[in-house]
Amino acid sequence: MQETIETPPVLQIPTNSKISYMDAIVQAQKEEMLRDERVVLIGEEIAIYGCGEVEETFGENRVRNTPISENSFTGMAIGAAMTGLRPIVDLTIASFVYLASDQIINQAGKLRFMTGGQLQVPVVFRASMYYNIGNAAQHSDRPYSLFMNSPGLKIIIPSTPADMKGLMKSAIRDDDPVLVFEDINLWTKKEPVSDDSDFLIPIGQAEVKRTGSDVTVITIGACLYKALVAARALEQEGISVEVIDPRTIVPLDKETIIKSVAKTGRVVIVDNAHRTGSVASEIAAVIAEQAFESLRKPIQRVTTPDVHIPACVAMERPLYPDKERITAAVKNIV
Amino acid sequence: MLLSKTQQFEMYRRMLRIRIFEETLKANEIAGHLSMGQEAAIVGACMALRDDDYITGTHRSHGHPIGKGAELKPLMAEIFGKITGICKGRGGSMHLADNSVGIIGESAIVGGGIPLATGAGFSAQVRGTDQVSLCFFGDGAANQGTFGESINMAAIWNLPVIYFCENNGYAITTSVERSHGQPDVARRADGYGISGVIVDGQDALAVYDATCVAVARARRGEGPTLIEAKTYRFDEHCKGLTIPVPYRTEAEIDEYITRRDPLKLFKASVLAVGEISEMELMAVEKEVDVAVAEALAFAHDSPFPDPTDVYDNMYSNPIHYPA
Repeated sequence: MQETIETPPVLQIPTNSKISYMDAIVQAQKEEMLRDERVVLIGEEIAIYGCGEVEETFGENRVRNTPISENSFTGMAIGAAMTGLRPIVDLTIASFVYLASDQIINQAGKLRFMTGGQLQVPVVFRASMYYNIGNAAQHSDRPYSLFMNSPGLKIIIPSTPADMKGLMKSAIRDDDPVLVFEDINLWTKKEPVSDDSDFLIPIGQAEVKRTGSDVTVITIGACLYKALVAARALEQEGISVEVIDPRTIVPLDKETIIKSVAKTGRVVIVDNAHRTGSVASEIAAVIAEQAFESLRKPIQRVTTPDVHIPACVAMERPLYPDKERITAAVKNIV
Repeated sequence: MLLSKTQQFEMYRRMLRIRIFEETLKANEIAGHLSMGQEAAIVGACMALRDDDYITGTHRSHGHPIGKGAELKPLMAEIFGKITGICKGRGGSMHLADNSVGIIGESAIVGGGIPLATGAGFSAQVRGTDQVSLCFFGDGAANQGTFGESINMAAIWNLPVIYFCENNGYAITTSVERSHGQPDVARRADGYGISGVIVDGQDALAVYDATCVAVARARRGEGPTLIEAKTYRFDEHCKGLTIPVPYRTEAEIDEYITRRDPLKLFKASVLAVGEISEMELMAVEKEVDVAVAEALAFAHDSPFPDPTDVYDNMYSNPIHYPA
């Protein structure tokens, strides 16, 4: 790096360690931008909606408020990643990822391989899932599973403030392209999170969020909370539910999943994405292939059906997995 | 810009290396999208760059690394799919991206390299270096969204990028007349508030001059330039492509090959100045013949990659492969 870059002022990191999911994103970005001057932020509207005054803190050089050109500012970040920067691209609403998907899939995910390892692409793509708020089908996608079928990308879907902060920081420090799918329904969720600026959660590591012995419930993203509510209710009925959050869907921590299935022999997978070709489908296939002998009952998937998200909230809400559907799926196999 | 005698030899050497390299591929019936006919555009542009400047290229990828000064052996071996290839047999003919000479991608997605080059320029600006980035693309790519989107961003932020269009008149078989609202790609520059220049792409010295102006502007922090080199591809779009209906006339092809060959034109122009003798150019020709023959032998003699190593370089760290 050249000496022409000014050292940014030291930030006041909150000492109160109970922070929201949104705070976790902001802190992770700020801490990593302070730690490493190669980290830059690129995206639409970040000058104004900059998740905590990033432009004022780090300046226009490192914070680029872009025109509405998703494919090209994404490609620009990839080019910058190959030439010494570590960009974070804020794609805002997850439905816009489709516009950038050529650069994400054909360039970011493939260039390390296609150049025989000459190049690396340390870039983070952020996409916020704005579903469940009556935004209709073009603003409500949960498109992560599409990218699972495109090797070369890493994909994280954090569900808690701590997971968000630790995984986001790991993503920024990772030498590969990482897609971060954020859930806006979790923005206000709060919990104590480590203030350690090196607090990292490794990419590719699932977490057992609740231990149990009768059924393994695997949840993707925000489905965790509905599954935990269901698990507490089921406990009253004498059914012991283990809840696992993979947190990273590529690379998937198969070991933790298989280990739990070996114990319980029963599996419910809960995923807010549409049913066909979902993460739930992939996890079901992995279990069927690698833990078939452990299964005592058929694998259950609780997903959003293959129908578009309507604007009418009364029509939209029942489409997503909820406590009742999770409970019914568990009871179906116990 | 006046070129030194050494630079003129280098210009001729690089153009000839592209020509002989590809004639050898053709003679050996090896697949590829050949750049023959477009050597002056490529080399004229690359000679205006420093070793640490970045470029991105296209599926017609053989010329760009050679033009930027790459070694021939790893390029030839890559086309043969050998482990000694520049991309270890993972890229092949359309992707001769040699990072040792600053290439950050030869994209077979038309227009795909344009944002990448923009990003390299952005990176140089953020890091505060005076590196520039040059993006090769064709007339076909000018109709992709990435063209307008990227140039607009480079214009907003004065990024040190040279958008260099190798306009060979045809996107595979579709002519510029059939696919562009007006024939000059460079005229679109005005719409983005940047400089656009049209140059004779068969004249290496003219291309060099135009690119030097753009590079100097970029290094001064005064932003991007769109250069359009009017050029011509001597061969078909690629080997093995069946063209049932002729889309360009024999007379047109013949005109370019006999009267507008960039190597012949360059040779004639330097000999006319009289600083360089025919004997000296013949020595360059001999040297290039030997280098290409050695590259071919190297490619032939190199082993193929071990198929079990196919998972190498998928990620920075190993990820439980195969699943």
